[in-house]
Amino acid sequence: MTTFTPIGMSATKRSFTAALCLSAAVLAGWPAFAAGASDTDAERLERWQEISKSIFGDRKLEPTDALIKVDAPPRALDAALVPITLTMPEKDRIAAIHLIIDDNPSPYAAHITFGPAADPSEVKLRVRINNYTNVHAVAETKDGKLYEAVKFVKASGGCSAPMGMSDEEALKGAGDMKMKFAEGGAGKPMEATLMIRHPNFSGMQMNQVTRDYTPARYINKLDVSANGKLVFSMNGDISIASNPVINFGLAPDSKGPIKVVAMDNQQGHWEHSFNTPSPSN
Amino acid sequence: MTAYSMRSLTTRRSALFGGLCLCCLPTLGRAAGLFTMDEVGTGIFMRRGLDAEATPENDDAIANIGFVVGDTSVLVTETGGSLSDGLWLRSEIRKRTDKPISHVVLTHVHPDHCFGAEAFVQDKPVFIGHHALRSALDSRGDFYRTRLVDILGADRAGSVVYPTMDVAETAEVDLGGRALRFTAHGTAHTNCDLSMIDARTGILFPADLLFVTRIPSLDGSLLGWLKEVETLKGTGASKAVPGHGPTLVDAAPAFADLTRYLTTLRDETRKAIAADQPIDRAIDSIGQAEREKWVLFDTYNGRNVTQAYKELEWE
Repeated sequence: MTTFTPIGMSATKRSFTAALCLSAAVLAGWPAFAAGASDTDAERLERWQEISKSIFGDRKLEPTDALIKVDAPPRALDAALVPITLTMPEKDRIAAIHLIIDDNPSPYAAHITFGPAADPSEVKLRVRINNYTNVHAVAETKDGKLYEAVKFVKASGGCSAPMGMSDEEALKGAGDMKMKFAEGGAGKPMEATLMIRHPNFSGMQMNQVTRDYTPARYINKLDVSANGKLVFSMNGDISIASNPVINFGLAPDSKGPIKVVAMDNQQGHWEHSFNTPSPSN
Repeated sequence: MTAYSMRSLTTRRSALFGGLCLCCLPTLGRAAGLFTMDEVGTGIFMRRGLDAEATPENDDAIANIGFVVGDTSVLVTETGGSLSDGLWLRSEIRKRTDKPISHVVLTHVHPDHCFGAEAFVQDKPVFIGHHALRSALDSRGDFYRTRLVDILGADRAGSVVYPTMDVAETAEVDLGGRALRFTAHGTAHTNCDLSMIDARTGILFPADLLFVTRIPSLDGSLLGWLKEVETLKGTGASKAVPGHGPTLVDAAPAFADLTRYLTTLRDETRKAIAADQPIDRAIDSIGQAEREKWVLFDTYNGRNVTQAYKELEWE
């Protein structure tokens, strides 16, 4: 038997059955802090088994320290913005990656599928972490196998941390984007940073004016392509920090324009195009 | 995922708890009366907070708290980090005066400053706060209380007390021949910072808009804080009671130290952003020249960088 609170349990079931969506009904009983800090290893393991089964079914997950690594601060400095680095040293074998924050109310934080224009050797994301939790990264190889890595992070309250401004203010400029490029040198992948203005409301943040919970509103789909070829496609959830920033690699031969299509769960739809810098030599 | 690595994590966790307790050994002296009130100006008594984090042993007594005595009544600023801390302050007041406690100042939303307020509810004072304090307490109060209950237990933590007098811009109260002037600031340390000046002595109470010794913690706006420091300097006050650090300081050098830290944070963060340094690497490198100059640097600097980066990356 697990130590899930009823709320955690329903959140878990819902988010698994309804894929990535966390409904407002789940949040009615918030706050109810799970005993995340005091869970035993066996409880954590059982939780992970339940989560991974709901996402990957009966497919086998093998532990790895070669195909994917997850790097995060052992203790989050800001639970509402925890930088995560996923490293995939054998990049040519990688088809997709999954990021799961076990003890978040909606654990399945991101699913990224790489296309031909990607260099999948490194991805950086910023997430919210609500509790002391294992953070799991799962790599899916091109031959359809799954490999998992884990990192334990101490944090609390990342999902419910208020934005410190009104919802209207937080939504101002939603969908604005910036992209920065850092050249890796001749024949090397180009590093890109995509910034999107969006509050990514978790549904667990209290509106400071109405004193009601702001409904969840978050980027749930992000497609990035280079000159018509897919770089990556990402399904996101409420665990992604506000004003999402993602660092990724472009294959050496990818040229612009880089097109970004972002959508949120409330029919928000934004498209922007960015020119890659011309080679400096 | 191996069972082995999970076990080692548990070990590290308990080791950390042990480490935490060792850290607070020097702070165990509450019962032994190590806390004292300094009379920093005529009729102004302040207790220096510990340069530490909240622990089960220290009652979250980490902020500078105290009171001002007028001809007819007493004003409390601030209330302390827990009900226990607030009750201690109330007993210190009653050792020195029988005048009624007419006003209690809640300088901002952080728990080390306002969770002692419950101790004064019995006095039915006017609770004074920034106009944005109520909504800040609404969104964070329960969260803070839960964390405090985890550390201190439900009976010692204290509850959320709301302001009954909102300061929109400025306000003044009179304790009988003693006027205190309040200013509600723009988003700086937090989004609800309230400062006070005692007209009789000219002493400024910037609360957490001024940190001394303990590293400043940024929870509002870096650029806003630098701006509000100028506003406070503009008052011309020569002495100040900071929210953390010694109970009375010369204002000019203290503000200069704070400004130096905040400016370093601003300039190095802008530089990191311009150089495409991602936030995780920026956290490890920014502000390191300040490390020896502040207590608890490693606990807060990285968080401050995170806040600064988030604020400045869209410039």
